[in-house]
Amino acid sequence: MSDQAPTETPAEEPVPHLVALGQQIQANSGGAVYGFKVAFGELTLLAERARICQVLTHLRDDPACRFQQLVDICGADYPQRAKRFDVVYHLLSLTKNHRIRVKLQTDEDTPVPTAVGVYPCADWFEREAFDMFGVFFDGHPDLRRLLTDYGFHGYPLRKDFPMTGYVEVRYDDELKRVVYEPVKLTQEFRQFDFLSPWEGARAALPGTGYEYTVPGDEKATK
Amino acid sequence: MADDHADLPPKLAERTVDEDGGALIAPEAVTPETPVRKFNINFGPQHPAAHGVLRLVLELDGEVVERVDPHIGLLHRGTEKLMEARTYLQNTPYFDRLDYVAPMNQEHAWCLAIEKLLGVDVPRRAQLIRVLYCEIGRILNHLLNVTTQAMDVGALTPPLWGFEEREKLMVFYDRACGARLHANYFRPGGVRQDLPEALLADIDAWAVAFPKVLDDIEGLITGNRIFKQRNVDVGVVTKQEALDWGFSGVMVRGSGIAWDLRRNQPYECYSELDFDIPLGKNGDCYDRYLCRMEEMRQSTKIIHQCIAKLAEAKGPVLTEDGKVAPPRRAEMKRSMEALIHHFKLFTEGFHVPAGEVYAYVEAPKGEFGVYLVADGTNKPYRAKIRAPGFPHLQAMDWMNRGHMLADVSAILGSLDIVFGEIDR
Repeated sequence: MSDQAPTETPAEEPVPHLVALGQQIQANSGGAVYGFKVAFGELTLLAERARICQVLTHLRDDPACRFQQLVDICGADYPQRAKRFDVVYHLLSLTKNHRIRVKLQTDEDTPVPTAVGVYPCADWFEREAFDMFGVFFDGHPDLRRLLTDYGFHGYPLRKDFPMTGYVEVRYDDELKRVVYEPVKLTQEFRQFDFLSPWEGARAALPGTGYEYTVPGDEKATK
Repeated sequence: MADDHADLPPKLAERTVDEDGGALIAPEAVTPETPVRKFNINFGPQHPAAHGVLRLVLELDGEVVERVDPHIGLLHRGTEKLMEARTYLQNTPYFDRLDYVAPMNQEHAWCLAIEKLLGVDVPRRAQLIRVLYCEIGRILNHLLNVTTQAMDVGALTPPLWGFEEREKLMVFYDRACGARLHANYFRPGGVRQDLPEALLADIDAWAVAFPKVLDDIEGLITGNRIFKQRNVDVGVVTKQEALDWGFSGVMVRGSGIAWDLRRNQPYECYSELDFDIPLGKNGDCYDRYLCRMEEMRQSTKIIHQCIAKLAEAKGPVLTEDGKVAPPRRAEMKRSMEALIHHFKLFTEGFHVPAGEVYAYVEAPKGEFGVYLVADGTNKPYRAKIRAPGFPHLQAMDWMNRGHMLADVSAILGSLDIVFGEIDR
């Protein structure tokens, strides 16, 4: 995706110390880290799913890294991929004063080893990722839903989950309780597609799936 | 419990002869072990000290807390899902609704994330205004937290005094953007509009008078015997625990870790401002209270500096890049290009180049971050909001173990929880 990005941003500007750190981590990981990239001044490691705990432990304990703190774990959904989910870890070192992002890929069925043993605070972050995306975490002490309703079905942040959801709740005065009903929209939900390009056909954003031709273009090719 | 033993004959322990009149048994051997049932109670979701809609399932042994299971999500609105269906600009108001106690600090993180991807520069005057209002937000937040924490342990006056000042600050919000809470004031590339001179003068005058109010509140709480009994040595967090549990903000500084993103990883124009970072020593609720009080004084100092610098830094408050920021009204009347820009910006919105960034600010509660994945279109592909309160609340379990039931509300108060940001 990022290949086609307009390049007035500092996206591809190399940051030597981050590149060096990335190379060093990859070299020391014994194959658990299979790649890294530096973009927007941020270092991203690509890690093997099964060996994520080893990677995180290394990042926490290695004297050059010292990422003492797990800032965040989150999921991201890319349905067009075979392994559709990214699990993204953000780490922070307070002594070295640097940050890092670790990404791995998984699918609906393959569990990711839990990071609770390395960073205790991974507990809720993983529960949230499970709740929102249905990513399973192997060895997690208490993998329950966290944010959604009791008895909720589905994984709301997956791209194939509709934004309006499937059920709505209201208080039923006769039954004297809250009842669940299928969503009824009084007006059709309209998602306007404003993706006409800024500058005519030049910005047709190849690769994003939004191919666009300006009306009249077909005459030019005749 | 009593029912379980109703069928037992009385004074069992004192008898030494079997019912059959048989062998003597040593008294200790017969003493029945009273099975004490663990007591489960619900703390919330409707509880004045729960700071919103929190349901804590507490497991008690007598009055001692054995386990805490926070049930959150009662305020879950699916912000992250909604954001994927809105343009970047339409998403800014969602950030006011996260930590609604300090709205602009959240907007700040969102704007920083977009600016990082777009590579837009923020004019100096806009930077100063942003910092000014972020510090106002910090005071708004700490005033609420400190005084309601006092209320949680029994004092009623501090919130009344604190809310009077919050009211004045919200009027400053109002005068800048027209809304007391849901500001929607920050924009990628700057802020919505410039501040009038009179407003800056009023903020300055307020900041001169405010330390006196802080002295008054401190006079009420800091030395107060009850407040100290309830907070000193309660909810102690060691340095290592603060790191392991992903704490940030006052929760790490209270434990003595010198870490403040405004100082350690400065963003905007914080690097040129002069302020101190207060640290706690013991990591208990009381130290966190003291940190917050001192941070308010330091914020007042930053406000003065910003206003002094704003007097010199004239100029635009929003980037001149017509592809990101809308044109001025007068320009639209004359320039066709400006009119087109305006139309496109408010229908289609600007496109953000593909990439992923993590932008963070030192929000009053700790590190507030936004992980933004852009796919080159006008809407975010994925936006994850990292709320500081989320890992803090997670720690309720181990922080409360072994404490008394009454300490739960004191500890919860010192964590500085707002459900808008935790449930999202």
